Amino acid sequence: ESESENKLDGETASDSESKSEFGGSPPVPTSDDTPEVLNRALSNLSSRWKNWWVRGILTLAMITFFFIIIYLGPMVLMTIVMCVQIKCFHEIITIGYNVYHSYDLPWFRTLSWYFLLCVNYFFYGETVTDYFFTLVQREEPLRILSKYHRFISFTLYLTGFCMFVLSLVKKHYRLQFYMFGWTHVTLLIVVTQSHLIIHNLFEGMIWFIVPISCVICNDIMAYMFGFFFGRTPLIKLSPKKTWEGFIGGFFATVLFGLLLSYVMSGYRCFTCPVEFNNDTNSFTVDCEPSELFQLQEYNIPVVLQSVVGWKTVRMYPFQIHSIALSTFASLIGPFGGFFASGFKRAFKIKDFANTIPGHGGIMDRFDCQYLMATFVNVYIASFIRGPNPSKLIQQFLTLRPDQQLHIFNTLKAHLVDKGMLGRLEDA
Amino acid sequence: EVDLEERLGELDLRSDSDIPDVPPPTDSTPEILKRALSGLSARWKNWWIRGILTLAMISVFFLIIYLGSFMLMLLVLSIQVKCYHEIITIGYRVYHSYDLPWFRSLSWYFLLCVNYFFYGETVADYFATFVQRREQLQFLIRYHRFISFALYLTGFCMFVLSLVKKHYRLQFYMFAWTHVTLLITVTQSHLVIQNLFEGMIWFLVPISSVICNDITAYIFGFFFGRTPLIKLSPKKTWEGFIGGFFSTVVFGFIFSYFLAQHQYFVCPVEYNSETNRFVTECEPSELFQMKKYSLPPLLQAVLGWETVNMYPFQMHSIALSTFASLIGPFGGFFASGFKRAFKIKDFADTIPGHGGIMDRFDCQYLMATFVHVYITSFIRGPNPSKLLKQLLILQPEQQLSVYKTLKSHLVEKGILQPSLRG
Repeated sequence: ESESENKLDGETASDSESKSEFGGSPPVPTSDDTPEVLNRALSNLSSRWKNWWVRGILTLAMITFFFIIIYLGPMVLMTIVMCVQIKCFHEIITIGYNVYHSYDLPWFRTLSWYFLLCVNYFFYGETVTDYFFTLVQREEPLRILSKYHRFISFTLYLTGFCMFVLSLVKKHYRLQFYMFGWTHVTLLIVVTQSHLIIHNLFEGMIWFIVPISCVICNDIMAYMFGFFFGRTPLIKLSPKKTWEGFIGGFFATVLFGLLLSYVMSGYRCFTCPVEFNNDTNSFTVDCEPSELFQLQEYNIPVVLQSVVGWKTVRMYPFQIHSIALSTFASLIGPFGGFFASGFKRAFKIKDFANTIPGHGGIMDRFDCQYLMATFVNVYIASFIRGPNPSKLIQQFLTLRPDQQLHIFNTLKAHLVDKGMLGRLEDA
Repeated sequence: EVDLEERLGELDLRSDSDIPDVPPPTDSTPEILKRALSGLSARWKNWWIRGILTLAMISVFFLIIYLGSFMLMLLVLSIQVKCYHEIITIGYRVYHSYDLPWFRSLSWYFLLCVNYFFYGETVADYFATFVQRREQLQFLIRYHRFISFALYLTGFCMFVLSLVKKHYRLQFYMFAWTHVTLLITVTQSHLVIQNLFEGMIWFLVPISSVICNDITAYIFGFFFGRTPLIKLSPKKTWEGFIGGFFSTVVFGFIFSYFLAQHQYFVCPVEYNSETNRFVTECEPSELFQMKKYSLPPLLQAVLGWETVNMYPFQMHSIALSTFASLIGPFGGFFASGFKRAFKIKDFADTIPGHGGIMDRFDCQYLMATFVHVYITSFIRGPNPSKLLKQLLILQPEQQLSVYKTLKSHLVEKGILQPSLRG
């Protein structure tokens, strides 16, 4: 025990002497991850353009990858979301270890992964119960797991909590509490948002693809506008961002969102809610498109009529919503990026990790997405759909008979009030 | 000039022993008590102060129970705000960050946002009829999540805009500190209120069990304590732990017996729109109706009875007391570890002899969550009023089709007689 204390003292003594920029330990150098192939191909270009090309090529690679995954379907998408979530969690926790030199804390690595598992178990259990209701009711062990789901999740979490308390070691209390707090905040950010993304996905793949594409588009467009026209700095936190990039990116993204929604609304595989077919045991996206995805005539306001020359335009109502989504992605989404920039400056790291050459870690790519996912989820819940009637019926069936009767009578009174049912009519 | 960031970076990495102690809180014992006890020795004086304050707190508790559910809700809210304030203040002291730009305002703003979100969800559930009548409230309820999210986002953007060079790390620490504190104090206090609405007995029995365990473990430890329990809290002993466990189970058992007889404690709290008050009147559920239980042969030989009349709730109280005695203390150990980590003796000095509000409530937090999970898993199914609320905001055509499905289901089950036309 005294040895580890001496080790800590020793580290800080030498660190303060070296006066390195990290106020302690030297920054973790990011090794050059660029594959050899690219290195050779671009060896002739100057350093600035080389960087531009590497970023460009990797961007195209990621976008292609994105399209492939979409083609492969919801199940693969869910798996990818899960993998991204785990990688982001790992990146942020690793930063915590580096900051606090706490890699050797007893139990801590195990506990972090255990808490990740618990929270994921809780959220997947809630999702699975909602969407796979009939499947769950059929299989006995699944039914019990789903009925007592909250209790089981809570017990699992409590076990981790008690293990943490029992693992507290003298002289390391503060570090351990820091890592505990760090883990929980990371879980709050990473895991909850990834589950919101999956909820959005189940609503219809368009609700997954359009927001993510808008954020990516805004990223790229703001960069380009800034590259060519950038003059006025936007915020001290990110000196490379400019007002020209910000505004140009905003308009470009709104336009892009409108066009992308127009193209996607025509296809059922994007607009239909994802459902699990019990007979074929696979996901299906087949339905009667809701009125959001049916072409409607809109009158163009008089101002635009003179500009555009048309009196009416045929649009999908969803495109109006896409304007709201793109606006959020361009105006508020960047705050997620500024938050991540501030975080990196606070802990003196250049990138979250060095997974993607030229881009940094997975978290660097996804920092703006987190706010977007929550916004889309809240937007859908507030403006698009009410509660799901079949889900309500399922919940109704689990109530006690007297409660069922009470609800039935209240609903009947309400419908009579509204004139939907005659007073004594047997509708 | 040493960069504040670098100085704090070193602060983080130093071992705990290097970190200077926070100055001890001032002695806030009222003068009157001091004079009354001036004759006694220091040890007994402390004992007496603690004892008097314990009785005072228990009396306040009974008084509030008598005053009803609304007062209880206010009390829970006040305690939550005070606990939040105590923990945030500790964060300021640890990080010397009291003068950070905006930070005090932002912390209180986030507390307001999260409370608004949770109260909105609760109010919408329990005051459904009250809300239906007023137009403005309807709007707020329908778009509640969106409004809460927009409020939170405003705070988030303000935080990002308030980031100041050389203070980044501090600001992120305080941001995280605020969020973890909100997670602990605000969510649990709302779970306490949800338990309260289920029936005051679900609020009283768990809290009393934790208090009883605290007191009896202390007493057993005082008289019989020999083997230390855990390095974190050297005053706790195995004798106290086990003695406290058995006493708490017995206490919970007896206490539930008395409470289960009164409708006031047993009935779910409901809001009466006509009288604009809370009412607790109902047909007691089967949990609170006496039943005959056959004693297992082992106990029969010991006690001499063959059957016993008990409320089913008393069986549940055993589960609650067991949790309060065995797992509840971990909440206390967590708080002890926290205090040692940040070198503070007590969370605050609000209550003489006892420390801060948080010191009294540290074991209660786990308990509140456990009771809530217990109720939703084992006692009742989904909340009917919530289901009703969701039904009422469906589209009219959807409501009609749901109505028809429900009706056919109820007729099938024989719960509803097929009505005659006419």
